[in-house]
Amino acid sequence: MKLAILAAYLVLVLVIGLGSHRFFRGTSEDWFVAARTIGPFILLVSLFGAHMTAFSLLGASGEAYLEGIGVFALMASSSALVVPAVFFFIGTRVWALGKRHGYLTPVQFFRERWESDGLGLLLFAVQIALLVPYLLIGVMGGGSTLTQVTDGQAPPWVGGLVVCAVVLTYVTYGGMRGTIWVNVFQTLVLLTLGLVAFGTIVGKIGGIGAAMERVAAADPTLLARAGHIEPWQLFTYLLIPLSVGMFPHMFVHWLTARSAASFKPTLIFYPLCVALVWGPSVILGVLARADFPDLPPGAASSILVKMIDLYAPGVLAGLLAAGVWAAIMNSFDSQVLSVGTMFTQDIVRHYGFKDRMSESQQITVGRLFTVGILVVTFLLSLVMDRSLFKLGVWCFTGFAALLPVVVAAIFWRRSTKWGAFASTVSVVVLWIFFVIRGWESPNYTIADTGIMPVAVIFLVSAAAMVTGSLLTRPPAPATLDKFFPREAQARGETV
Amino acid sequence: MTKTSWKWPLYAALLLLALLHNDLWLWDDGRLVLGLPVGLLYHIAFCGVTAAVFLLIVRHAWPADLTAADAEEGER
Repeated sequence: MKLAILAAYLVLVLVIGLGSHRFFRGTSEDWFVAARTIGPFILLVSLFGAHMTAFSLLGASGEAYLEGIGVFALMASSSALVVPAVFFFIGTRVWALGKRHGYLTPVQFFRERWESDGLGLLLFAVQIALLVPYLLIGVMGGGSTLTQVTDGQAPPWVGGLVVCAVVLTYVTYGGMRGTIWVNVFQTLVLLTLGLVAFGTIVGKIGGIGAAMERVAAADPTLLARAGHIEPWQLFTYLLIPLSVGMFPHMFVHWLTARSAASFKPTLIFYPLCVALVWGPSVILGVLARADFPDLPPGAASSILVKMIDLYAPGVLAGLLAAGVWAAIMNSFDSQVLSVGTMFTQDIVRHYGFKDRMSESQQITVGRLFTVGILVVTFLLSLVMDRSLFKLGVWCFTGFAALLPVVVAAIFWRRSTKWGAFASTVSVVVLWIFFVIRGWESPNYTIADTGIMPVAVIFLVSAAAMVTGSLLTRPPAPATLDKFFPREAQARGETV
Repeated sequence: MTKTSWKWPLYAALLLLALLHNDLWLWDDGRLVLGLPVGLLYHIAFCGVTAAVFLLIVRHAWPADLTAADAEEGER
């Protein structure tokens, strides 16, 4: 029965995604950014859905199972503050410049801002490479959920393959509009079924107070942070959600907005939506310690599905597992679409292949590249045994440390391509260094102080941006006027 | 208050929230309040306060350049 519900859910997702194709306007702007027509409510739901991943449900509950309630402060309440702030200060400006100049990808924006093809190519490679661990979270989450739902009968690779196939189908057929339609549906499913799961499980235990008393008896340290999280860790974790400013899929989603004012409900309701999704995930992860006291870290990522199976077997378990898959596919589809969009726009079209290829050949090549990235991700998922949470934090670390690049692009006229090069290269070098150092130590922090590597990489990246820019010549005045139109208008010039 | 006079106090409120996010005073406090660990309840409430600050920003400190960008689009 559970499998039948999951299968029906996947069919429904496919129908919605493929159905959106009827509204396709036949232009590339419509395909890649839904013709920039997305209004306030849909923008809120699609941005939130694109940001919430298997990390938010499976990763959060698994980490809370291991480290307690502090996980909410590390990732949820920090995101509630930082993510809307990034949308407000950066996302709205990116939207305005994107609409004014017709950008479809982050690489197009950075390439023109600093008049550099080489920088565009470097950022393309770095953003795609950093996106692979993020995609990996989705594939691994889909696999472990199906394995749990089928009581181990379906190996993890089956669920991962199904998620890849379904998402690839509706993304390649429905484009951004299809992705947004499915995102809206899945976010509503995720929020509804998440709260149903939470209410059902807590209700069966006897209420939230009784449930927490059980945890206090099993492991009281999970109800506080001492012994699990260092103060410096909480302080420096505030940098991790800055990653949203450089995620290519979020960048492309910003461009879909109809107006700057469309962002307003997103800014207000985002913190509340974060609490609605992360709160139940973290609480259920902590509660699980009383029922499954000795799971190894690698198995903790499936603790949410174990709890659902224990307290809500049968039809409800199938529905709730569908809710978990909704969270997984919700962001996975946006990431897959951004990979294809970037390859088609930033490589195939920019480097002149469009003159040698028909429109359909260009799209086919873009799809083949996307399939190639998914195959690499899928193969990695077969050998990866890391927790989803730790994998996600390394991915976010890289993107967050790139934030000085987009901040300088928008707010600092004097910034140069060499500053951006220095910043990006410093992130690549330090990220690889810290990943190697931290790979064997899941709770790695700088010299065991609690300071997360993101703090060091971010500061070096910002310093490289400033130093590299001050030592080199800024872009031509015409380029600066294009990106800072108000200054040009103040001088009485028309841009 | 004008939009400009709201702007900096509200931006300062965002910075203050970033500081208040580090609730060291609840670090080893595992008390249950309203059925939830007090450290968790604090951060759930933090999300609510953050939403309120963004509501004020949207209402009273929406940047003029974004209003101008929307007006420009409307004219096209």
